[in-house]
Amino acid sequence: MKFAVIVFPGSNCDLDMYNAVVDVLGEDVDYVWQTATDLSAYDGILVPGGFSYGDYLRCGAIAQLAPVMNEVRKAAAEGKFVLGVCNGFQVLTEAGLLPGALIRNNSLKFRCHPVGLRVENANTAFTRDYEKGEVVTIPIAHGEGNYYCDEETLASLKANGQIVFTYDGLNPNGSVGNIAGISNEAGNVVGMMPHPERAVSELLGSADGAKMFTSVLNAWRERNGAASTR
Amino acid sequence: MKATVYVTIKENVLDPQGNAVQGSLQTLGFDEVAKVRIGKYMELTIDTTDRAVAEERVKAMCEKLLANTVIEDYRFELEG
Repeated sequence: MKFAVIVFPGSNCDLDMYNAVVDVLGEDVDYVWQTATDLSAYDGILVPGGFSYGDYLRCGAIAQLAPVMNEVRKAAAEGKFVLGVCNGFQVLTEAGLLPGALIRNNSLKFRCHPVGLRVENANTAFTRDYEKGEVVTIPIAHGEGNYYCDEETLASLKANGQIVFTYDGLNPNGSVGNIAGISNEAGNVVGMMPHPERAVSELLGSADGAKMFTSVLNAWRERNGAASTR
Repeated sequence: MKATVYVTIKENVLDPQGNAVQGSLQTLGFDEVAKVRIGKYMELTIDTTDRAVAEERVKAMCEKLLANTVIEDYRFELEG
């Protein structure tokens, strides 16, 4: 399986994402600069965290207009696996690939600490190696991770099983429905505020994020008829 | 022509920044401040003299980039 880590000016979790793929999966991965106009070589698209374009105007608002985002939209429509983490999640909502928006934390503080996450949907390509209801520890690091959508959208997220992760215990940002991560309707695009790429080894404090990477590899192998590693 | 664009957070969306500023104003003794909402003010200089065209174009700019209509409202004025 071949992964692309999309890099915008101001991305700063791209190295972590790249190394998570290398260390957890040992699969091929490339950094892909935001001006790229072809992602056809890649099976998985990872949009990392950071402060793309300095968060000018709104988080992700400028990055979503970068040339590579047309290719990300195309890849998502083709059913390829797309994961946006933190600023990557903000970029995917601004790009219209995921519903809702991320606004300022209700505490107004930049929150940077491990959180408990409840796996609400263990059927997505990125969560299939978890158990539904399992609580995992993955760090957050954001000032604008307060997920907002209107009630109608929230109802449809619930009805379609698009809520992937919720915060277990204290909600660090005030998000509606304690939402930490969601998927699109098809389930191949996932966005989340917590950083699984920072939780792939006990040396980092938690290895609970590693299953997101093994999940997508297994999903890809199943789709392509190769043996699962599980 | 000049366009002045105002982007504000929708009424039903929480504005933590506005709430904090309201609290600070009350700390200063401005107890009459019942609510604060913080938004953005943008000035655009536009290369056109056709008001109808400008109206349509600025609306498209707001919808596509200047505002995120999931969480924000916008309005604008044209001058000149």
